[in-house]
Amino acid sequence: MDTRKQGEKPLVIALAGNPNAGKTTLFNAITGARQHVGNYPGITVERKEGCVTCGGHKLHLVDLPGTYSLTAYSQEEVVAREFLAHERPNAVIHVLNASALERNLYLTVQLLELGAPVLLALNMMDEARAHGWHVDSEKLSRLLDLPVSETIARTGKGVDELLAKAGEYARENTTGEWKPLTISYGPDLDPVIDEMAQTIERDQFLTERYPARWTAIKYLERDDAVLEQGRKAGDTAHKLEELAKRVAEHCRATLNMDPEAIIADYRYGFISSILKQGVLTREDRSERIMLSDKLDNVLTQRLIGPIIMVAVLFAIYHLTFVIGEVPMGWVESFFGFMHDTAAAALPDGLLQSLVVSGIIDGVGGVLGFVPLIMIMFFCIAFLEDSGYMARVAYMLDKVFNFFGLHGSSVMPFIISGGIAGGCAVPGVMAARTLRSPKEKIATVLTAPFMTCGAKLPVFILLVGVFFPTHQALALFCISMAGWTMALLTSKLLRCTVVRGPSTPFVLELPPYRLPTFRGLLIHTWERTWQYIKKAGTVILAISILLWALMTFPTLPQEQAARYEAMTETAQTETLASAEAQGLSAEETEELVAASVEAVSNEHAEASLRHSFAGRIGTALEPVTQWAGFDWRLNIALVGGFAAKEVVISTLGTSYSLGEVDPEATGSLAERLEADPNFTVATAVALMIFVLIYAPCFVTVVTIARETNWGWAVFSTVYSTITGFILAVVLYQAISAV
Amino acid sequence: MPDTICLRHLPLGSKAEVRRIEAHGELGRRIRDMGLVPGTEVEVIGRAPLKDPVALRLKGFTLTLRNNEADFIFVEPAES
Repeated sequence: MDTRKQGEKPLVIALAGNPNAGKTTLFNAITGARQHVGNYPGITVERKEGCVTCGGHKLHLVDLPGTYSLTAYSQEEVVAREFLAHERPNAVIHVLNASALERNLYLTVQLLELGAPVLLALNMMDEARAHGWHVDSEKLSRLLDLPVSETIARTGKGVDELLAKAGEYARENTTGEWKPLTISYGPDLDPVIDEMAQTIERDQFLTERYPARWTAIKYLERDDAVLEQGRKAGDTAHKLEELAKRVAEHCRATLNMDPEAIIADYRYGFISSILKQGVLTREDRSERIMLSDKLDNVLTQRLIGPIIMVAVLFAIYHLTFVIGEVPMGWVESFFGFMHDTAAAALPDGLLQSLVVSGIIDGVGGVLGFVPLIMIMFFCIAFLEDSGYMARVAYMLDKVFNFFGLHGSSVMPFIISGGIAGGCAVPGVMAARTLRSPKEKIATVLTAPFMTCGAKLPVFILLVGVFFPTHQALALFCISMAGWTMALLTSKLLRCTVVRGPSTPFVLELPPYRLPTFRGLLIHTWERTWQYIKKAGTVILAISILLWALMTFPTLPQEQAARYEAMTETAQTETLASAEAQGLSAEETEELVAASVEAVSNEHAEASLRHSFAGRIGTALEPVTQWAGFDWRLNIALVGGFAAKEVVISTLGTSYSLGEVDPEATGSLAERLEADPNFTVATAVALMIFVLIYAPCFVTVVTIARETNWGWAVFSTVYSTITGFILAVVLYQAISAV
Repeated sequence: MPDTICLRHLPLGSKAEVRRIEAHGELGRRIRDMGLVPGTEVEVIGRAPLKDPVALRLKGFTLTLRNNEADFIFVEPAES
């Protein structure tokens, strides 16, 4: 390999395109596992990047968020545009869905007007051909004067050629000089665009960022982001706004049209003039019903559609729990083994307690659910990639709209755990596709009511103990409770603190596609990894902190000595009685172990009560007893504010702390079952409280980032109070029966 | 224009050509970004279980919008 070239700065290539055009599939096909996901600095729109080497050159690929247009009004569109204008990639691969070429080219025109060095990837050529479209890509390349490749990202066909072309094209464009496309916007707008462009050139107004003509057009389109940037840039903004206003009035008076509408018309006119020159032809099979439509006739049918939808969601539950049980057992045994090994290897004392109870049990309690979560995420990725999720939004929009939400709120809800096992952090982030700030606030504040992957272990545990014969049904009911709570709350919010009109439901229903296995695996892994990372970092730190809270201050010496004495007494007494009964050595050992354990549990409980955590828990008892929560549960629930996973690990720690016999790692479930104070009423109250009370700390921070701290605090206080009231009502009602 | 009707009243399964769009601001922009401009042929291919939103076929893809958004779009039904 040429060593000289290796040291070169990598060429930056951006991937742009409409949602559902196969952009992500193409990105995965090119970069494979060499990709990483992060956020754009300062905002939470996902940023995917990957590096490849092609023809001795390092290429740095950036997957831009999917957009229909560069006229910015969603955060995704702002990000895509600012990346192009500011970072000036050496080439932009625009991925088009060849079967919806006309609409896809609308974005191409805007990319070209910005001056970006675009090359087109005509994706899904197979699908287009099946629908009877014929695309002459060579002619398209000639007419637009840019490279065009035909690709089928799903199978990887044409990807290598595209990459080679892109590398070549990027190398030609290292000078960074952009040549914006100029198209005519007709006799009413062209003169004024020229006038504005001249003013912009003269005043050097935003010219380091955008081409002059482009800025002029954005003023006519009344693009808020550009208007705002302009106002900060100088007085020219005032002149331009004045001009734009005058033109708008003129257009409305003479043509009854907004300038934005005229601009769009001319862009589509430009596109159709190109397509009509023999680029796009269609075989005459207009009567042919596509397979996707046939499926929709059933899957979104008035009566059958909703039934299938519920059945699909229920099937995912079943699949997850039936299949997930097996690997979950393996992971649990692995941590059981770790627990035993560490307990045997380390001497008794604080260090052993920290490693075994603090670290292994704490993190193990969280990681034990990884297999379940992987299966759940795999199912969700399948629904998303196949196009079914968009149908769910379509079918539910009317209902959501009634509750003051948008059909697209389904996604944040489902990611947050609408199908149990999500996480409110990405869920809250997913709400940024919602345009209206009001609908977004309502979604962000209610999405954490869903059964996220961290609450799920609590439910699985309790359901397993108290409703062993109806596990799937019980979990389904809990999820439904989450949905009900979220919808009712959002209705309440939208009628009171976040009043306002609803935003348009103008969405694309992508055709049904069989997802690629590779894409599913990447999606599943990304999300599972987020969960594992959280377990490894935040949860580990919190486990240790909570362990410390539960360990210190230790019992005063004389009390500890008393328990030690009691242990000895128990041992000698048991030994004596065993001898008197003439038991075998084995039986004697068992008896002794049991009596020692009884004392040590008593010791553990006394220590825990004495610790900081125990004091907090006990102090809360007078209030929480109304919901049936004792001090141990209080400790777990307070810890749960840090991260919900901690609820289960704290319970595990508090029930196993002080355990001396490494062979007796009886599961938490058995311990809860054996606890006489833990009734069905307690279990139900606990479940509803865990479902509803304050979102975990990470979620609260995310809410604050997506909205502001006021809403984050509101969410915490509101949900804790509501959760507690419901828990008390349920506990008292069930106890009374 | 006597022949144009509001898109909401276009029956399921029938085709029409878009004549006028009276939506402004964000809705107008969104509709245009998705390719719904005068001269476009549309076909009503479905309605959600609760009759709203409605699914349209245009330019080779499927678009959904709510009935009260369809109210801003005026179409001329194709002769059948």
